[in-house]
Formats: sequence, C-alpha cells, structure tokens
Amino acid sequence: MSNYVLVDRLQFAFTVTYHYLFPILTMGLAVFIFWLKTVSYFGREDHRFPLWRKTQTERDAYEGAARFWAKIFAVNFAVGVVTGIPMEFQFGTNWASFSNYAGGVIGQTLAMEGVFAFFAESVFLGIFLAGRGRVSAGIHWLSSLFVWVGSWLSGFFIIATDAWMQHPVAYDVNHGRAELNSLWGLLTNPWLPWQYLHNMGGAAITGAFVLAAMGALYLLLGRHPQFSRVCVRVGIIGALIFTTLQVFPTGDRSAHNVARYQPPSFAAMEGMFETAKGAPLVILGNPNTEQRRLDSSLAMPHFLSFLTSHNWNEQLIGLNQIPPNRWPDSVPLVYYAYHIMVGLGTILLAIAALGVLLLWRGKLFESRAMLWVLMLAFPFTYIANIAGWITAETGRQPWVVFDVLRTNDAASPASSVPAGTGIFTLLGFCGLYLFVGILYLVLILRIVNEGPEEAEARTTSVGAAAMT
Amino acid sequence: MSTLWFCFLAVMVAVYVVLDGFDLGVGALHVPLARTDEEREEATAAIGPVWNGNEVWLLASGGVLFLAFPKAYASAFSGLYFGLIIVLWLLVGRGLALEMRHQIDHPLWRTACDTVFWLSSGALALVFGVALGNVVRGVPLDARGYFSLPLFHILNWYALLIGAFGLLVLAAHGAAFLAWRATGEFQARAARTARRLWVAEAVLVVVLAWPTYHVRHSMLTTFGDHPWRIVFPLIAVVALVGMFVYQRREAWLAAFAASALFIVGLLTTMAAGLYPSILPARAGQPHGLTVDNAASGHHALTTALVWWPIGMVLAAVYFTFAYRMFFRTERAPRVGGA
Repeated sequence: MSNYVLVDRLQFAFTVTYHYLFPILTMGLAVFIFWLKTVSYFGREDHRFPLWRKTQTERDAYEGAARFWAKIFAVNFAVGVVTGIPMEFQFGTNWASFSNYAGGVIGQTLAMEGVFAFFAESVFLGIFLAGRGRVSAGIHWLSSLFVWVGSWLSGFFIIATDAWMQHPVAYDVNHGRAELNSLWGLLTNPWLPWQYLHNMGGAAITGAFVLAAMGALYLLLGRHPQFSRVCVRVGIIGALIFTTLQVFPTGDRSAHNVARYQPPSFAAMEGMFETAKGAPLVILGNPNTEQRRLDSSLAMPHFLSFLTSHNWNEQLIGLNQIPPNRWPDSVPLVYYAYHIMVGLGTILLAIAALGVLLLWRGKLFESRAMLWVLMLAFPFTYIANIAGWITAETGRQPWVVFDVLRTNDAASPASSVPAGTGIFTLLGFCGLYLFVGILYLVLILRIVNEGPEEAEARTTSVGAAAMT
Repeated sequence: MSTLWFCFLAVMVAVYVVLDGFDLGVGALHVPLARTDEEREEATAAIGPVWNGNEVWLLASGGVLFLAFPKAYASAFSGLYFGLIIVLWLLVGRGLALEMRHQIDHPLWRTACDTVFWLSSGALALVFGVALGNVVRGVPLDARGYFSLPLFHILNWYALLIGAFGLLVLAAHGAAFLAWRATGEFQARAARTARRLWVAEAVLVVVLAWPTYHVRHSMLTTFGDHPWRIVFPLIAVVALVGMFVYQRREAWLAAFAASALFIVGLLTTMAAGLYPSILPARAGQPHGLTVDNAASGHHALTTALVWWPIGMVLAAVYFTFAYRMFFRTERAPRVGGA
C-alpha cells in the first residue's frame, strides 16, 4: 500500500471515529428525550394506559429530566455538527477517486441526508431548545419527536451509503464510473435494514446507559433523588429493551448478511482459517496469521454452523479457500474488534437484566453496588459501538466498495494530496480535536455539577435567545 | 438534464450565501461593531437560533454537487486541498465559539469566544470569496481531470480581490441585518456601517468587472451571445440601487432584502458567465470540466429530480415556520430588561 493511501486512511479513520462518538449519544438521547417528553405530555392520573398513569409530581419530574437532558443534548449536538462537517468534505479532499467513481450512486443518499434529515433536525432542534414558553406544549412535544426522527433519518442515509459500500447494488459501470440504475434498489439493499437497526440499537443502548449512569451518580451522591429515579428507571428499562434487540434479531441478521455476502470478512471475524463442516463458535482465542490457525482457543463445537444456518453440520468457508489478496488487511484486528463488541454486548445485556430485576423487586435504588455498576458501565457502550464499526469497516478491506473498488485505488491522486500534506492536516485535526474534547468534557461536567434544578440558567446561544 | 442540475446547484449556493451570509457578516463585524457586552449578547442572540440551520445549506449544496457532478466535486476538493481544510477548521472553531459562548458565565470566556467568532467568520467570508475567485479564474486541470494548487497559489491576486469583495458584501449584508434587528445605539452604529459599506460595494463591483473580464472573457461576452442572461447582472444593479434607496428611508428590512437580492444577482451572474463550465481550466487550456463531462448518469439525475423538490419544499416550510417564530417581533428586546 502506498504511503499516501495509508495517511488518507488514518486521517479518515481518526476523524470519523472521533466524530461518531457524538452522534452515538445524539441519536441515543433523542429516543429518551422523546420518551420523557411523551410521558410528561400524555401522562394523566387516570390514564387507561399504565405507562402514562402519572401524577402531576411525576410528570413534572419527567419534564424536568427532559429539560436537563436537552442541555446535554445541545452541547453534544453542537460538537457532533462541527466534527461532522469535515466528513462530507473529506470524501472529496482525501478520497477523490472514490468520489468520482461512486458519486453517481452514493451522492443520492448523501444529498438526501442533507435535504431530508439535516434541515428538519436543525430547525426543530432550534424550536425544541428555544421554543419552551414560546410555542404550545403540543408543538414542543412534536419538536422533540422531529428531533428524534431527524437524527435517526440522518443515520439511515449514512447507513444506506455504507451499506452500498459493503454490498453494492442497483448500479452499472459506465466509462469507469458507477451509475445508479434504481433508487428503490439502493434503498432496499438487503444489507441495509439490519445494519441500520443494529447501529441505531447501539446508539440507543448508549443513550440508555448514559441516562442510568447520571441517575446512579446523583443517587450515590445523595442529590436530586426524584430526577435520578426517573433517569435510572427509564435508562435501565430502555437498556434491557435495546440490548435484547441488539442480540436478536438485529445482531443475528447482520451476521447472516456478512456470512452470505462477505465470506472473507465473516471468516476473519470468527477466526476461521480452515473451511469446516459443523464449525465451532470461538469464545476466546488468538488468530495466528503466519501459521494460519487460532492459538489457545476455547470454542463451542458446531455452534457457529448452527447460529449461521440453523443446521449443526453446515459447511462454512474458511480463509484457506479465499485468495490472500482478498483477505482483510488485518485479520486479527477484525477478529478482536468483533469479539470485543460481542463480549461487551453480552455483559451489558446481563447488567440491564439484573438492573430491571432489582427495579421490579423495588431494591434498585438502595443497592449501592448496582448503582456503582450502572455509573461505570456507560463508557463500555461507546467501546462496543466503535468496535462494531471497526469490524464492519476493516472487515470490508481491502475494498472500499466491496469486490468492486480497492481502497488502494480510491484515494486522491498523490500529486494533489501527497503523504506529507495528509500528515500535516491529520496532525492539525488531532490538535484541534484534542482541544474540542477537553472543552466538551469541561462543559458537560459543569452541567452535571450544576444539576437538573439549575433550570435554564445557561444553555447554548440558542437558549440565550429564549431568555430575551 | 445536467443543465437543470447546474441551475439547482446555483440556487442552493445562492440560498446558502444569503442565509449563512448574514450570520457570517454579523460575525465579521462582531468585535468592531458590537462594543459592549450587551451589544454582543444582542448580536449573538439574534443569529443564535438560526445559524446552524443556515449552515446546513452549505452541506446540502455540497451534497447536490456530489450527487450531480461527482467529478467536479472530487477534482475541486482534492485540488484546493489546503483551502478546503482551512475552511473546515474555521467552521469548527466558529461553530464552537458561537455555541459555547453562553456556557461559562465569565467576561474573559465571552471575550475569548467573541474573538474566535469574529476572526473565523471574517476569514470564512474571505476564503469563500477566494474559492469562487479561483473557480472563475480556472484551475490547471490535467487530462484525468485533477489538479493541485498549493496554498499560496490558491491565494492568487485575482482570488484575493474576489475574497476581499466577498468579505465586504457579507459584512454589508450582516450590517443590514443588524440595522434591522438591533436596538438603540448599536442599531444606529450598524446603520451607519451599512451605508458606508454600500459605497465600497458600489465602487468595487464596477472596478472588479475589468479584472474579471481579464481572467475570463466569457464572464462578459456571455451576455452578448445570450442577451437574456443580462437579467442576472440587472438584478444585482437594481438591488444595489434598492439598497441605497431603502437605506435612506431607514427601511432596514427592505434594505436587508435588497442586499440578499444583490448577492443572488452576483452569484447568478457568475453562474451564467461560467456555464457550461462548472470547473473551468485556466484560460486557453484544455480539460475543463463542464456540466456534461462532470455529470452523474442520466438515471441518477432524473431520479433525484423526483425527491429533491419534495425535500426543498419541506425545507422551505421548516425555515418559514422557524423564521416567523424567531423574527416575529419587530425588534429583539434588549437583554437584561429595559
């Protein structure tokens, strides 16, 4: 691989991974802010739907929680926007050959994200943050719905773009460029629905665990008990719902898609060096690419074949049947990233299940040990999300568009963007983002320290306008 | 079909410059014009709820360029690499300064944010002008349709002239906006600034015609070949006169609208002069990118013609709703009462 391609890859990997830390929480919190707003808006003491049977005091607590999370959301959203803008431009700056090749197809979904998702999201977020007191309660509830829909729609178009890179459909190649032949085909890519739901589920899990962690922190500190109980309750129930869905059906169906459409990635993820009938499910083990085997492995015989095809003796293709120039660049990276994601996902599901059990028995708010676990669990949801993306993106290598365009042929020409230039701007992004990260943490910690009762003292410039 | 998309792209860029233009202009005047803490509060509060939505038009324009003319997108963005990356860094800094200004209640913090916001807004207005200047001048495209311009070649004399003009136009646009929205002494100062900047605009728009003709003859000859296109520069001239009249009458909303129309006139004139090129080569060189050789496949363009107008109508509805809500009152009331 040429040096300049490596630099372009490092730069994109860094900026997109860093950026994505923020949309995870944006998309996750959007669900739960809408949940809180809905309970607050529709809750009645005599409502026939038990979930909405709330007293006025409880409804106020939900409304207060929505207001608090909107402050966190605003800071998080702002950082997500400013770190996201570079992504759209980097397709052109660093991946010009890819843009030229694929723009006729993925230009559709990226432009759709702009006109259908971003406009709705930015305008309704403005109304949601600045509109309290200016618009009716119903419109305010509706704006929280649109913020959720907008952020999830944005995710949909991005995943549609990535799904085409993972499993290209609905195109013809003309004069060395991919040309769309059916928008419907692009949006009904069989890869798309499960990848989308799996990804959004990951974001919702982060939102749920962040909610629970904040509540747990305040309960351990003995502050804001009413607010904290709402957060822990909603967070832990949401966590159980979304971690369960993450395993089945979305994780299961996504893995099926990889096995079916990307055998090299699947073999790397599972550490399968040899084709096998009745392949074992590897729990632990270290891939050894030189000897082409899995060292010190702990495996459940026949389970992988069963999970993949519901047939205990199904034959699965190993890396030995795939030419090495079609293997992912780094089999161990794909393998470990995948196993970290799956392992953390399983642990998080167990935590959520235990939390809901304690909540049901009425012991959760008194169990300090469990509150500690909840407070410290949320960073691992980020790690699982990022590990999942590393699995998807490095698993697809050496292709940028699977089986069609190699990553080596996708970067901007070295004459336009030589390696040194790429390193210079990569270091620039590192420095700028280090500063952004510190600023983000300072601002979030200030909001956490002030607590939910410091109602609307300071939000963003958007909030300041509301005070005038 | 690709011509239609060229027109859409021109419209989207024009809407972007008109909308984000006033908050960039407010930013470019922020420190010199808004002198007290209250005035700066007033300026940032006036654009606070809408700046992010305005900036989305930049992303949407980029999306449409990528969709309809991927080759031009790939070539321009990789060739103007440093210019683009600087724009990105400035956008990051500006967005954060504006959003984080209210997060910490300390005068030193606000001053720091105000300074970053002011400098990055001014620099962005300048750099956008420089980018347009480079497109008008043409770039050294090779046979594959790529080029490379080092930073100091991006900053050539013609592009810098257009950059300075861009900064001036957006500053005047921002001043007209503040003259409409601000109150008291601040409003009077913004109005005086808007009148002064008008003179500079009127002078420069005449002066710049000659070097523009010098770098690209078609920017003027197009109007001889296609007389109807004269309507675009005519819009700019009428708007410029309108600005003067409404400024005298102190009708600042109308003056602001005229300023918006002036920007539309300038950008459509530029688009008309470039067409059919979208990223021209230097004068006399081959390999220029046109709406035909840079366009996406026919199916992609016709398909997008179905959903794009729907998205635009929705966006127009959202923006009308939000702008009516945020700019409903005659003037933003002063922060801190009175």
